Amino acid sequence: MAAAKSERRDKLQAAAMYPLDWLEERSGLVGGIKYFLFRKVPSDSSWWHTLGSATLTAFLVQLVTGVILAMYYKPSPAEAHSSIEHIQHDLWGGWLVRGMHRWGASVFIILMFMHMGRVFLFGAYKYPRELNWIVGVLILATGLFEGLTGYLLPFDQTAYWATVVAVNINGTAPFVGPYLATILRGGAEIGPDTLSRFYSIHMLLVPGALIGLIGLHLYLVVRLGVSSPPWSKEAAGGEPDDEPPPERSGLVQPGPRAAGVRRRPTE
Amino acid sequence: MEERPGDDRPQLPPPSLWPVGFAVGVVCLLVGLVISWPVAAVGAAIALVFGFLWAREVATGRAYEAPTADALPADQGPPAMPESTPGERFPRSRFLEGATLGLGAVIGVIVTLPAAGFALLPGFLKQKQHKVDLGPISDFEENKWKVVTFARDVTNANISRRTAFVRNNGLLNGVPSFTVISNRCAHVGCPVQPGGPVFEKDEKTIKTDNGDVLITPVLPAAGFICPCHGGSYDQEGNRIAGPPVRGLDRYEFDIVNGRLILGDLYSVVKVEGSGKTAKIEKVELHGPGQHADGPESWLYPLQPPH
Repeated sequence: MAAAKSERRDKLQAAAMYPLDWLEERSGLVGGIKYFLFRKVPSDSSWWHTLGSATLTAFLVQLVTGVILAMYYKPSPAEAHSSIEHIQHDLWGGWLVRGMHRWGASVFIILMFMHMGRVFLFGAYKYPRELNWIVGVLILATGLFEGLTGYLLPFDQTAYWATVVAVNINGTAPFVGPYLATILRGGAEIGPDTLSRFYSIHMLLVPGALIGLIGLHLYLVVRLGVSSPPWSKEAAGGEPDDEPPPERSGLVQPGPRAAGVRRRPTE
Repeated sequence: MEERPGDDRPQLPPPSLWPVGFAVGVVCLLVGLVISWPVAAVGAAIALVFGFLWAREVATGRAYEAPTADALPADQGPPAMPESTPGERFPRSRFLEGATLGLGAVIGVIVTLPAAGFALLPGFLKQKQHKVDLGPISDFEENKWKVVTFARDVTNANISRRTAFVRNNGLLNGVPSFTVISNRCAHVGCPVQPGGPVFEKDEKTIKTDNGDVLITPVLPAAGFICPCHGGSYDQEGNRIAGPPVRGLDRYEFDIVNGRLILGDLYSVVKVEGSGKTAKIEKVELHGPGQHADGPESWLYPLQPPH
């Protein structure tokens, strides 16, 4: 009886796993996702280490709400503000989704700075993670540019004059400034094309760049491993000490600092 | 050599050029059917001649050469070419690699250059500003300031509204002299406000070819002040205090048939004196925040077209 039941259970399990196995055999995606989600992290990583994931979540919220807002927003000087009012007051749920996008923008920026502070204070930018710090700074800059371009879109007095000021500040950069300002405006003055230009930059150009940069950032996080907090007695990368380090450990996981072993890729 | 059933020797037809001519003739015929009968006739003739030659060649089988030896399985017999040494590069593979990268680069450039040009260049071209008719000069009493609001580009009136402070200075050598100051702050471009009462009750709307022009009397006793960051200017637009790096910009003007016509903007380093006898040190229009004189102005040697 028990044997029959267990056999049935095995069959059911096999049937349930079949689609996943099919996918795994043809793409390796299941294993890849498992590797990504269940990779080893230092056992003393704390809530501070979640700021990066929180930033990513905020970005995804911006992505989803932004795509939906684009279904109703009209980037022309005559219609922009009235379409925002339409979203805000007439459409079901518009106030909520626009609110999420508007406040989420600030949340994204604030979380980026908090994540940056965590990385700085934990010394997590040090070898071999310098490149990831650089990529992170690029993400910060492109993220701030998202804020700048998105600010014009409601096209009210605040949006207009804030953009005038921001573009003119860019215009004061030595030598290239006047040209930078003209490129940003798409002309000598802010005109009808400036709004659609900012819209295109805000929803296509910069998000594309951000997705690429975030992908690179995550790739480096997975490749280099999560760093331990500074008070940790564990080696960065979280491999137990008694296991022999893998072949390329010098690059992937620097050895235990306590042992005074510094393995470089060249050694 | 006997024929064996299942013999899988290739029975390829010999290479022949006649089908090419036949195809050209057919294409010519089809195109001719659409555009003109003579072309169709020529095409038909070509197709017939080459078709005949092709058919004759196939029928005589003249060019077919039978293989000189029995077919061998692939793993027997001498190798078709010598074994390559590891790491050996063949000219063909090098050529293909270079061609792929080179062609990819060429295609990339061909696609990217026009797209990048379209994204960047229009902002620098055709940026000539329109002339603006502000109506008859009789609306501007001598030595009185007016706030004038107008559309710089009437086709985009709602986004090209500009404001200028205008004062009729009276006649200079028999010609009316005006002071026309732009309200764009020389700090970062906020709209400066008159430092004194604006008499909105006496506002006038003038109809011109350029749409409505609003003229409001004003008494800027304390000059002009920017609400954003506190930049202050005197009545001639000279900077008095605050963060601006130079004075307020001015408009060129013209009197045509007794009407005040605004032209291009220019930047001002310094104004000495006031009214019609003022000495204005003009420079090319600079963006807000860009120095027009002194060593800092060397940082902005070239201005894009305004």
